[in-house]
Amino acid sequence: MTAKVRAVSAKRSGKGRRRAGLLAAGGALALAAVTACGGGTSTGSAAPQQGFTEAPQAGGALTVWVDSTRLAAAQLYHKEHPSVKMTIVTYDGDANGSNYLQTKVDLFDRTGSGWPDVVFSTQNNEVSWAVPAAFTAPLNKGLIPQSTLAGWATGANNPCLVNGTLYCLRNDLAQTVLWYNSALMKRWGYQVPATWEQYEALGQKVAAQHPGYLVGSAGDTFTPEIFMWASKCGANQITGAKKVTVNTTSANCTRMASLLDTLIKDKTMSTSSVFSSDFDKNDAGKILMLPGPAWYGGALFQGTFKTPKGQIAVAPMPQWSGDSAPSVGNVGGGTWLLSAHSKNLKAATAFLTWVTTSNDYQAKVAPGYPAYAAAAKIWLANQASSGYYTGDITAPLQAAANQVWPGWGYGQFSQEAIWASTVTPGLNAGKAIVSMLPAWQKAIVNYASSDGYQVKQ
Amino acid sequence: MSSTSTRAGRTGAPFSRRIAPRAGHGFVAAYVVLLIVFGVVPTVYAIYFAFTNAGNRFTGLSNFTAAAADFRFIPAVEHVALYLVFWLAALVVFVVGLALLLHRLAVRGVSRSLRFLYYIPGALAGAASVMVWLFLLDPTVSPIGFLLRALGYDTFGQLIAPGHLAVLFTCIAFWTGAGGWIVVMYGALNNISTDILEAARIDGAGPWRTARQIEIPLLRKWIVYMVILAFAGGTQLFVEPQLLSQASNGVAGRDYSLNQLSYDFAFQNNNVNGAAAISVELMLIGLIVAAVFVARSRFFDAD
Repeated sequence: MTAKVRAVSAKRSGKGRRRAGLLAAGGALALAAVTACGGGTSTGSAAPQQGFTEAPQAGGALTVWVDSTRLAAAQLYHKEHPSVKMTIVTYDGDANGSNYLQTKVDLFDRTGSGWPDVVFSTQNNEVSWAVPAAFTAPLNKGLIPQSTLAGWATGANNPCLVNGTLYCLRNDLAQTVLWYNSALMKRWGYQVPATWEQYEALGQKVAAQHPGYLVGSAGDTFTPEIFMWASKCGANQITGAKKVTVNTTSANCTRMASLLDTLIKDKTMSTSSVFSSDFDKNDAGKILMLPGPAWYGGALFQGTFKTPKGQIAVAPMPQWSGDSAPSVGNVGGGTWLLSAHSKNLKAATAFLTWVTTSNDYQAKVAPGYPAYAAAAKIWLANQASSGYYTGDITAPLQAAANQVWPGWGYGQFSQEAIWASTVTPGLNAGKAIVSMLPAWQKAIVNYASSDGYQVKQ
Repeated sequence: MSSTSTRAGRTGAPFSRRIAPRAGHGFVAAYVVLLIVFGVVPTVYAIYFAFTNAGNRFTGLSNFTAAAADFRFIPAVEHVALYLVFWLAALVVFVVGLALLLHRLAVRGVSRSLRFLYYIPGALAGAASVMVWLFLLDPTVSPIGFLLRALGYDTFGQLIAPGHLAVLFTCIAFWTGAGGWIVVMYGALNNISTDILEAARIDGAGPWRTARQIEIPLLRKWIVYMVILAFAGGTQLFVEPQLLSQASNGVAGRDYSLNQLSYDFAFQNNNVNGAAAISVELMLIGLIVAAVFVARSRFFDAD
């Protein structure tokens, strides 16, 4: 069980929004490294153009907090830059809304010391508390040059923006796509579904013709982000700094909920978490299709399930027929935060720039789809040349990166935790998701209110 | 040799008489320092927080009313109350029962190994022993998986349904915590004079009657002591639901107990004052229940 939990936290990291375009900025990478390393040597006192008051720059070891997956990044940096003194600390990466970072920062605020210089988080809603707490440093006010920041995929850094100021950098994108087993599809003569209607029909067909095989899983905490988000369900419309609109019973929500209910009843939609031991044991070898984020390929099929190469392929997420613009969901996608308390801003900024943009890490080592566009291009080429996947994975992933529905926001409350404690127990007890939508709404409203949100229903 | 020892003895006597109280104070002082630093100061600090707001202004009972009005408060109270019923009942019945059984077995000499066996889980650190249970409760990997499947639970998710939690936490808490109490009760039973037991036997009392009319009444104070401490510990339920919540990715055990709610207030909602209000409430409940039990059982009466 523990190992599985660890695996989940380690793997939560993709996420995507807008376009993976702006690839032209390839050269910006080298430029970025140079500017960051040679940048202004501000020793001490306030630098008002940076948008915050620096701590006295005493130097010393650079403290970096990472989750177990990103440990490789910090270690690689240390290896490539042996002169930089580093203290690398691993923590749970705030996976599944664990709040560890916020908890610790709150305690450090009380004691007045101990903050890490740079932190990786698997969550992309950290700025919702870290900005009011004055923990994160603004990055686009002088710390990191605009030319570097322009290299991110369009909208990738949206979760980091507060009133036009950038407070974190996106590590990777986690746009959802339709993963499928092309060998099985071919053998059974099935077409890859382009619409949710076709997807549902195929699911029912599989139930009749090949019972035991799966067309998806709805047992994870991020189920709403794969399915409800893609269906444009307005459960999480963050409309302001402390404002949210919640409506889980609109047609956009119920159509997806009843699709899931139908397939769950047919037993072609699993209700176990893809990282659970029973899924690994009973279902991992019986996946025909699996809608999910970009990181499913490396983390799940290749890493956890050890699916042999030459089977897994990627198709665009199905759409509702009649919908004008395609929409996909998004599951995570980590962020990097720079502490405003850092006594080592120069070294911290250099590390932050390297870890988010360098080909050495992002393009060659990182398991998730890099948010930095130039790195993503090489990353995709590497994935394609690895020969693990069949067919073209680049086009569907790149397209999906532009199609993440922008109506689902990044609030302080964890939508994943709310779904897990409200809907999943009902699913385990055999209740229909449609029947639980009002309870889901009530829970979101409750948690949002307790975090001080003004809630509109 | 003898002269040295005499001298030592001669100077030793006044020395020890002069030093003994001081040594005693020294030993107690070490504890008192720890008690003040980790017990009294935090308690006073919490009470201060509970009656002030983030700006350190006195706010009366508003933290208490705000905490009680939170949507998670009433469910948490219900959860903890239900858990306490199961936990205290299980503790009293099984600990006393097993201790009596052990005491009977004492004659046959099996009890020493059994006592050790009961105590082992308690020797594991709290969180570690809860982790063991997370394995036990997952039918896929559990050594008792066949039993769980026979009961109709095929997945971890089915087993940790909200209705099962109070019983599950009781099982975990009993397994981790009861061993120590069994050993304590056993020791208490050893203190019962054999004369009394022999007299009972001569009067024709069987094992059942001896237990009910002699041993259990004589154990009363230890049972009360156990209930007071277990009650205080039980209201502070935290590790079991928190770990289960992490292991199940938040499906079960999130916001389950009052202590978790206090933790959420402090670190999720950034409301240390509300968190302190809940912890003060827990302390008051513990104190009141202890007072009632002490008064009703004449706990401090000399025999």
